[in-house]
Amino acid sequence: MRHLMSPLDFTPEELDTLFDLANDIEHNPAKYAHACDGRILATCFYEPSTRTRLSFESAMTRLGGQVIGFSDASSSSASKGESVSDTIRVISCYADICAMRHPKEGAPMVAAEKSDIPVINAGDGGHQHPTQTLTDLLTIRSLKGRLGGFTIGLCGDLKFGRTVHSLINALVRYDDIRFVFISPEELRVPDYITDMLKERGIAYEEVIRLENVMPTLDLLYMTRVQRERFFNEEDYVRLKDFYILNSDKMHLARKDMLVLHPLPRVNEISVEVDSDPRAAYFKQAKYGVYVRMALILTLLFQNE
Amino acid sequence: MLNVGKIEEGFVLDHIKAGKSLDIYEHLQLHKLDCTVAIIKNARSNKLGKKDILKVECDLDMLDLDVLAFIDHNITINVIKNGKIVEKKELSLPSKIRNVIRCHNPRCITSIEQELPHIFYLADAQKEVYRCKYCEEKYK
Repeated sequence: MRHLMSPLDFTPEELDTLFDLANDIEHNPAKYAHACDGRILATCFYEPSTRTRLSFESAMTRLGGQVIGFSDASSSSASKGESVSDTIRVISCYADICAMRHPKEGAPMVAAEKSDIPVINAGDGGHQHPTQTLTDLLTIRSLKGRLGGFTIGLCGDLKFGRTVHSLINALVRYDDIRFVFISPEELRVPDYITDMLKERGIAYEEVIRLENVMPTLDLLYMTRVQRERFFNEEDYVRLKDFYILNSDKMHLARKDMLVLHPLPRVNEISVEVDSDPRAAYFKQAKYGVYVRMALILTLLFQNE
Repeated sequence: MLNVGKIEEGFVLDHIKAGKSLDIYEHLQLHKLDCTVAIIKNARSNKLGKKDILKVECDLDMLDLDVLAFIDHNITINVIKNGKIVEKKELSLPSKIRNVIRCHNPRCITSIEQELPHIFYLADAQKEVYRCKYCEEKYK
């Protein structure tokens, strides 16, 4: 049985099929409104994540299915000491597919090993968040018309941000992509990623100032610079202000550049940018529902 | 020089890095075997300068060769029958090891899930890097 643990579980060809389905859902929602009639999605969220959980719930509801689940560990049997293996065995009796978020890395994989139903990793600690990566890829493919043949700037916390690492690992499978890493020295992309890019002969550049590279970008992926990552407040304040994307910086960008952000944003994108047609982060949230709908259908009906 | 006699049936683990024979004794759980085991430390070696050797009088099937390869894949195994070497086995890094090493990542599910085996896979054969199957943390 197929599950989704990592964005690399699907080949680029399989992702194309998934994204074609997501785009068909986007344009013909009525066709899929009853595709999951009588089916149940279990959302097992051992830590709160309103956005991801609601996105899954919206996806299943739009497919005509129903949702059961819990939204934090205290309201689940985990608070009584039940193992993930036991929980998923029970959930397998109640639901047809499961989306699991867990603070421990690898927990959804343990669930998948014991499960009779497909399991989707909805985020496991700092490890993987594959449906975010699929959302990012679908957004790029839908709005740019292709995956590949572009320069993407990734800006902010490139050291600890799992969404960034996942996206890079997924994008290197496509042709002719150039990466521009925009970060403070303290939050540079890890060596294992730059080593991997060198090994594969993929072009990349590391810069500190966003303004300098804005005109070269086809895509700008913004992330939040997190206060807790810094050793002193002074550095945080200096760098946080450094990466505010505003209208002035957007003037430097190409007319068809897109701005993406996994959300939630705090200060790194000014509200004034929201009305810019190149701001794609709220559309991205919508694509998050379409890709989860496509994923639920693909995994639920994998044998048909 | 100290002389340790030949064995008739069993195997000899040769070219063990000097000082590592007791680690291997433990990992292979040789203490559980009811047979003769000779541990030779700091024997002279043309190849290594100094080496350890283990001689064990039991069937090779009783050994977990994957564990041995993970610990040191440069070790050679001489299979002995009727007092003679009948086969020399070379070891290669195993693609997966189970319950040999533990994942030390406190954020890994193996830290809380009952009776979950600690499984590591070979992520980079050239650099000999193993990663936890669940959290992908590198084994150091």
